[in-house]
Amino acid sequence: MSRLKTFTNGFIKENPAFVLLLGLCPLLGVTTSAINGLGMGLATTFVLIMSNIVVSLVKDFIPAKVRIPSFIVIIATFVTLVGLVMEAYVPALYESLGLFIPLIVVNCLVLGRAEAFASKNSTLDSIIDGSGMGLGFTFALTLLGSVREILGSGSFFGMKFIEGDGMLVFVLSPGAFLAMGYLVVLINKINKKTA
Amino acid sequence: MEYVIIIISAIFVNNIVLAKFLGVCPFIGVSNKVETSLGMTGAVTFVMVIATIVTYLIQKYVLEAFGIQFMQTITFIIVIASLVQMVEIILKKVSPSLYQALGIFLPLITTNCAVLGVAILTVQSDYTLMEGVVFAIANAIGFGLALIIFAGLREHMDLMDVPKAMKGVPVALIIAGLLAMAFMGFSGVERGIAQIFGM
Repeated sequence: MSRLKTFTNGFIKENPAFVLLLGLCPLLGVTTSAINGLGMGLATTFVLIMSNIVVSLVKDFIPAKVRIPSFIVIIATFVTLVGLVMEAYVPALYESLGLFIPLIVVNCLVLGRAEAFASKNSTLDSIIDGSGMGLGFTFALTLLGSVREILGSGSFFGMKFIEGDGMLVFVLSPGAFLAMGYLVVLINKINKKTA
Repeated sequence: MEYVIIIISAIFVNNIVLAKFLGVCPFIGVSNKVETSLGMTGAVTFVMVIATIVTYLIQKYVLEAFGIQFMQTITFIIVIASLVQMVEIILKKVSPSLYQALGIFLPLITTNCAVLGVAILTVQSDYTLMEGVVFAIANAIGFGLALIIFAGLREHMDLMDVPKAMKGVPVALIIAGLLAMAFMGFSGVERGIAQIFGM
């Protein structure tokens, strides 16, 4: 039961993006379309789960003082891995995400979970926490990406359903802040009701 | 002359926070007061310039020399993390008053994606070392400009009557959106300047 709770926590109640406001940079930077959001979310989820696993395995061997640098090295290793794999198999997505792939390293979400959860819990729990938080983040990215794509270019996952252009501002940078602002309002409302 | 274009483009046209979305976390997080924003800007400028120089040299003389560019992410983040630590230690000894002013912001900078982002962008854009330094300074100014304007707006926002659900972060995000829209007015300026100077 509590494991299920660890897993579902990441979706709405403690959604890393909407409620904890972690990882805002990639969230706003790559979500010009739903597919970009989904790709970025899955890449982050992979890094999150893998680094959670490794951190929870080695937590007893790392002296507390060099904890954070060691975590960063572990995370950077998996980020490099994801970058190389994406460049080889989905080059188009890799191109459009660009700079934000190496920047997963400095995503506060990944380091935050390593420090706050994986360094204190068992491997299995860390995997569950990593997948819950990662999928919650993916959900947020895809949602924001969908909103911006639907409003901005009148399509959804690349399928066009209205003729001509949408409200272009939502694809450009101001739209990211505006759409995100209103989504946070919405999530706050929902959380208030269920709480 | 290229320097002028790099500077204008980095500060106004492709503002690091409002157009490139780097360093959004501190932008939203520490922008409650103009004073703290100034401190944060100082710390970021300091680290960003040093980090760009060091990572540039490492990229040119270590990674490229040995053909191990795939180690870029790992190397850069380690360099930046240790640099931040070093700056903190040196500052504590050399200038306690500056350390007092910047102190709390320094550890935060390791996970500020603007620093790593600028370091990677400098390498990707094939800048020379001097251009890289100018690029880093201009981006730091751009970050500071956006942060300070935003902090000023938010100080006034505290006095306003905002709908309950929008208090705090949501309304801050919407203000940031409007600010980004204002900065979009600069787009194309760098081409105009290039034309004036006949380039």
